[in-house]
Amino acid sequence: MTDSGDTAVTAGLRDRLWQAVLDGDAYTTTDVLRQSLDAGLDKETLLLGLVAPVQEQVGLAWAANRITVAQEHAATAANERAVTALIPAASARRRQRGRVTVACVDGEWHAFPARLVAEVLQLHGWQVDYLGPQIPVAHLIDHLHRTGADAVLLSSSIPARLPTAHAVITACQAAGMPVMAGGRAFGPDGRYARACGADRWAADARGAAAALEAGLRAPGPAAARQAVDDLPHLADQEYTMVVGARSRLVEQTLTDLEKDAPAMQLYTDVQRHRTAEDFAFIVDFLATALYVDDTDLFTGFVTWTADVLEARSVSARCLPPGLDLIARQLRDFPRATALLREGAAAVAARPRPGPGETAPGPGGVA
Amino acid sequence: MVDREGRIVEANDAARVLLPGPAGDDRASEDLPDWLADAHRRMVGGPGGTHVNALYGTIGERLFEAHPTPSSDGDVVWWLIDDTDRRLAEASLRSEQERAAILSEVSSTLLSSMNVAHCTEATARLAAHHLADAAVLVSPAQGRRFPLTHARAGGPVTQAVRTVDPATVPGLVEALQGFPPAPTQWINPDDIPAWAIPLGFAGQVGSVIVTQLPGHSEPNGALILLRAGTGRAFTEGEEAFTRQFAARAGAALSAARLYSEQARVTATLMRDLLPPDLGGVHGVEYAGRYRAAQDDQRIGGDFYDVHPGADPTRESLVVLGDVAGKGLDAAVLTGKIRNSLHALLPLAHDHEYVLNLLNAALLTSHHTRFATLVLASARRQAVRVRLRLTSAGHPPPLVVRADGRVEESRTSGDLVGAMPTVSARTEETDLAPGETCLLYTDGITEARGGPLGRELYGIERLKRDLTGCAGMPAEAMVERVHMLAAQWLGRGRHDDMAVVAIGAPKSGAPTVVNGDTRPRNTHQRQRRNP
Repeated sequence: MTDSGDTAVTAGLRDRLWQAVLDGDAYTTTDVLRQSLDAGLDKETLLLGLVAPVQEQVGLAWAANRITVAQEHAATAANERAVTALIPAASARRRQRGRVTVACVDGEWHAFPARLVAEVLQLHGWQVDYLGPQIPVAHLIDHLHRTGADAVLLSSSIPARLPTAHAVITACQAAGMPVMAGGRAFGPDGRYARACGADRWAADARGAAAALEAGLRAPGPAAARQAVDDLPHLADQEYTMVVGARSRLVEQTLTDLEKDAPAMQLYTDVQRHRTAEDFAFIVDFLATALYVDDTDLFTGFVTWTADVLEARSVSARCLPPGLDLIARQLRDFPRATALLREGAAAVAARPRPGPGETAPGPGGVA
Repeated sequence: MVDREGRIVEANDAARVLLPGPAGDDRASEDLPDWLADAHRRMVGGPGGTHVNALYGTIGERLFEAHPTPSSDGDVVWWLIDDTDRRLAEASLRSEQERAAILSEVSSTLLSSMNVAHCTEATARLAAHHLADAAVLVSPAQGRRFPLTHARAGGPVTQAVRTVDPATVPGLVEALQGFPPAPTQWINPDDIPAWAIPLGFAGQVGSVIVTQLPGHSEPNGALILLRAGTGRAFTEGEEAFTRQFAARAGAALSAARLYSEQARVTATLMRDLLPPDLGGVHGVEYAGRYRAAQDDQRIGGDFYDVHPGADPTRESLVVLGDVAGKGLDAAVLTGKIRNSLHALLPLAHDHEYVLNLLNAALLTSHHTRFATLVLASARRQAVRVRLRLTSAGHPPPLVVRADGRVEESRTSGDLVGAMPTVSARTEETDLAPGETCLLYTDGITEARGGPLGRELYGIERLKRDLTGCAGMPAEAMVERVHMLAAQWLGRGRHDDMAVVAIGAPKSGAPTVVNGDTRPRNTHQRQRRNP
């Protein structure tokens, strides 16, 4: 989200903010931001040139195991609190442009990017209803009917939520609302946003503001549709079957792994549980890759998992055999077995990252 | 039969009726309709004659198909077939199909939105596009002012509320009252006032229809359709079609109005049942988060509140509880319990006494449900937070120490609303800076799922996960616990889940002792001591 307009943000300033959020210290974080504003930094640059990059750094540091989950949460909370303190809610300002709703996909926890988008749009003169994370779809639709928003901006950072995101997009459009999608979950080029039939995709907050200014057409009556109308490959039922068999797949894979790899029999309960969780995530991403019919989504996730494991000094060696064991259980599903094969090959072909080189995950830890 | 010069050489009886003129032969070519004369010239003019396909043209009011049969001597026999009825039938079928398609589009578009403003806008836009050159939708009056929606075909839709006199448009007063529509021919286009003509409407108004938008009891307003002077006038069929359109638009507007009203009532009633936004009070951090059992609901049987002490030297009372049952019924009871506890605040120094009073109130109410809850009284003392914790049949609060130890509070007591009296033991503890006390409902610990699907999340796993949360700010910890539970559940069903964290701020004593850092409150801000 950095660009040439953000040169006013000095490295020193960024370091001070980084230190403050790392301490989870909302007061110092607020002070750093306030001082930047007093020194003449405009609010948009503050949000997109300073706060957003530091928040992204938090996610990278977690993936590289340089900070703990606790620090990650504390840092995000500090950033969020500081933004709240410095940018007061637009007080029933007259609509200058229009009214839009910013929401996260139900089940999404990484609400901060959506929050930044909401704040930036407000600075651009939009009346913004920011609904935050964990908003049930029914509630979102109810909100749209009640407020008569001009558009919905939907944020998601976890690709595993794409099927839910798709349902939200179609529900909003069936209610006559155009939907703009954004966030890491929709792919670096927004390809999953298009696959899910979003009216528009925005790479970042400024892109969202520009797209809104250009105007979004309300979807026509043909927008009421079912998932399979957008994604005809769903008719092969592979996605449905994998989702339904999730627990069974994980359990069987663990059992088989223990037979093949005696070292696993020495795992503690906690280690066993972590391994089970890793494979549960892998099955979730497999399902999502089947949903959007995209190999990159799956290979990207398994290689990222391998990097994260190794950043934590856990060998990624059990990944390819594990993928193979899942594939054996899914013998009758050609798309799934192809994905698993590609995934195992990608892990094997992966260059060893040095410490701290872990790429931001498709899981969107930021 | 027509000869080379275009004279009618011979005609049968039907043709004579059709082309009356001097009976007999050698009639001039002027007697032929132009289109037929032209075709005849082309037929006989070219060397060897040009072949001409079947032709169409009108004679008088009727439409004919003409088939030529050349004869060897240069005359042409023209067979004229009256095609009027078939064409009329085809045209009316086509327009019926178009109208059906329009009505289907109108219905789908209008049904998709339950928002009155959107429905109104769409009605005006569709009316201008399909029925006329421009449309003005006059919504029911708000006092003496009328919301007006102007639309032009292909142009923008504008909405404004203006004081206008409906009597200035013939038939509008009646339409707004729901009386039968005035026939178009009674409306003189010159009588249309400027406010009823959308900006940018080109030229003179040629014809006008005023029709009502039917509603449940009162009409949903009226629609004024305008066509430019050069355009076609409205036919009787078009008037009928306009009424069909208006009936659909009116039904959609009625549904939207009904929905808006219901949503407004629900929102008002819901306001006091929703969990409150928490923040910092008197130097203590509070955060809370709620997830209802039904994912499409925002309320349920769990509840929490923070009642600030009268001043920083007094304790604030935190309540978190769980009413038996789910959904709206349970939520209504949580509202009553929350109100009762609010009234009992002056007695909060004695938790057991408060619980007994609440118990008595629940026993005498007509609700047969019982509840479990935790009372926590918190007060900042220098950098520490003093806590008194009392559980009434509720899972024990957990204290996350700075070093990552997680302690289970030893308070215990009876649930309320079941037995004649309640006994409970209060435990006291201190939080050092950065330490947090976590109150939660069993929806968290009884979350069922995990990577293998059917395991309980459980208090032991919660405690282990909290070990990694030492030093987290209150709101981050609350979010973390909900996130862990949600990940554990996956797609599984779950109970209501509520979590409240009480935290001692990491940094020193606040200079603004009364600092309130509730979300979105920037006026009072706690600052860190230099």
